[in-house]
Amino acid sequence: MFEPDVIYDSRRLIPPEEHTRPTTERVWIRRLLIGIAVVFMAAVLVLPLVLVFTEAFRKGADTYFAAFADRQSQQAIVLTLLVAVIAVPLNLVFGIAAAWCVAKYEFWGKSFLTTLIDLPFSVSPVVSGMVYVLLFGAQSALHPLLRAYNIEIIFAVPGIVLATIFVTFPFIARELIPLMQDQGNTDEEAALSLGATGWQTFTRVTLPNIKWGLLYGVLLCNARAMGEFGAVSVVSGHIRGKTTTMPLDIEILYNEYNFTAAFAIASLLAMLALVTLVFKTILEYRFGDELAGTRRH
Amino acid sequence: MDIRVDTVRKEFSHYPALNDVSLEVKSSELIALLGPSGSGKTTLLRLIAGLEMPTAGRIFFGDEDASSKTVQERNVGFVFQAYALFRNMTVLDNISFGLKVRPRATRPPKAEIRRRAMELLDLVQLSGLEKRFPQQLSGGQRQRVALARALAIEPRVLLLDEPFGALDAQVRKELRKWLREIHDRTGHTTVFVTHDQEEALELADRLVVMSQGKIEQVGTPDDVYDRPNSPFVFSFIGESSSLPVTVENHELWVGGRAIGLPAPNDAVGEASLFFRPHDVELVEDGVGAALAGVVVASRRVGGTRRVELEIGGLPERVEIDLPFDHPAGEKTRIAFRPKRWRVFPKQA
Repeated sequence: MFEPDVIYDSRRLIPPEEHTRPTTERVWIRRLLIGIAVVFMAAVLVLPLVLVFTEAFRKGADTYFAAFADRQSQQAIVLTLLVAVIAVPLNLVFGIAAAWCVAKYEFWGKSFLTTLIDLPFSVSPVVSGMVYVLLFGAQSALHPLLRAYNIEIIFAVPGIVLATIFVTFPFIARELIPLMQDQGNTDEEAALSLGATGWQTFTRVTLPNIKWGLLYGVLLCNARAMGEFGAVSVVSGHIRGKTTTMPLDIEILYNEYNFTAAFAIASLLAMLALVTLVFKTILEYRFGDELAGTRRH
Repeated sequence: MDIRVDTVRKEFSHYPALNDVSLEVKSSELIALLGPSGSGKTTLLRLIAGLEMPTAGRIFFGDEDASSKTVQERNVGFVFQAYALFRNMTVLDNISFGLKVRPRATRPPKAEIRRRAMELLDLVQLSGLEKRFPQQLSGGQRQRVALARALAIEPRVLLLDEPFGALDAQVRKELRKWLREIHDRTGHTTVFVTHDQEEALELADRLVVMSQGKIEQVGTPDDVYDRPNSPFVFSFIGESSSLPVTVENHELWVGGRAIGLPAPNDAVGEASLFFRPHDVELVEDGVGAALAGVVVASRRVGGTRRVELEIGGLPERVEIDLPFDHPAGEKTRIAFRPKRWRVFPKQA
């Protein structure tokens, strides 16, 4: 007669509670660590967000909406949108170009270029703003020339746009470089060998391959473009209704003790952050494997 | 379309990957570039395709100098080891890509493109899967789509870079047979790269054996297997055993004993004897000159038993095949003579 061997399953011999993998901690340590993390998150992230909205609505919905009726605040919102509409598409192009260069080609000075792309991340935004003041401001060598042609850059919209572009430059490139490096060149080579032109290869093969990573980068870039304070603050000149973006407007309102209005505008920015987060989470959930380094941000 | 590679050299940042290589591929021929990794076989294939440009030398398609042409202009079908299918396109869109990107003047009408793609899908035996995406196919199916995509542009030559390298052994064997059938039916001049000698021997009309950026030997599978022209080819293709010998008096000597094999020419001195482990005859020890050794290891290989012999106290050991029911055990003394062999002068 054939008798099957008794199969011993280690999981059956040890009670489930005590059966732990070597990488798992004891129950009380797990709960303690999770507890600390939750409390910390609540205090540092959730509480401030809740406070923004409670402060904004402290004097009721009417006062809240009145803040948006203010002409100068409206102009700040419009300016913020304008800056984002210019800066994000430009960085989209620059970002793709830079990532393409770094990921698909080998050349001398490549690692230096990669470092350069990261520069805006490592430099304080105030310094980034200062650079533009030095470059185009009243003390710069370029100033007489700019004056002669009546071009205003510092304390005007162009300066704000330039500073924003600088600060938000790395977002798209950094998102695309690892993704494109990972994908390699073979898809492009295949397209070329099939007779596609460079542009056809880019639009039909490369772009579809990176589209979710690109969208992800654009989202982060946009959030930062609208929320940037430091660099913009240096170049803006704080002319209310002319060169103030939403973050600057919030600061002015706050300094004028107009807390409700300040928090009302702040709530708008917070909302933008929330929407960005929701989109980001959806993208990560849906296309996680097509996004590079999702844990990095 | 025949291909002629004329003293082509390729350097990657001053490191020569290919050293003045010349090769002629006849029209409708199925040819294999075979060699260990780093031998330059893939580089040669990519140079023919135009995916790399040679440092020196020229490549002809027929009478036409293709060296200065771009990959698009060369009109080659290229199949990649990792398939390189466009993941955002269906199988049908992948196959018709090459026709869709043509300039309007030479682009066939939509219905015609579809008809041709469906025909190719049928050729690669994947009818019914046209709406699938690459991720929904098995490795073997993906590679067949890749081949159909390459054939769609009616290429002048078909180039395959380790086409079955990423597939498991069973699928590999099937695809091998199937590629041969497709080749015989379509008649494309085909060059494929492989490091799998079995694949090369079974599939190709002719083999190009490469090593260290040079071509070692070009020939039919029979040529290369039966008449290897260098120690490298002998040991790279098929099983081999080798032993240092001395050539003297038109005979081969090992450890001061003649082994009963005549020397192939008048050369005298140190040499290496190469033979196939299965290509030996056993002789009774002590009767006539032969190679004699003591069994030091033995293992079963398929239908035969392969034993390792220590010959007259030399450090080198040779392997020979015995019938599986041969009574030889450890320390048994066995005398044999290779039935076919080659002698190469000792390399400096």
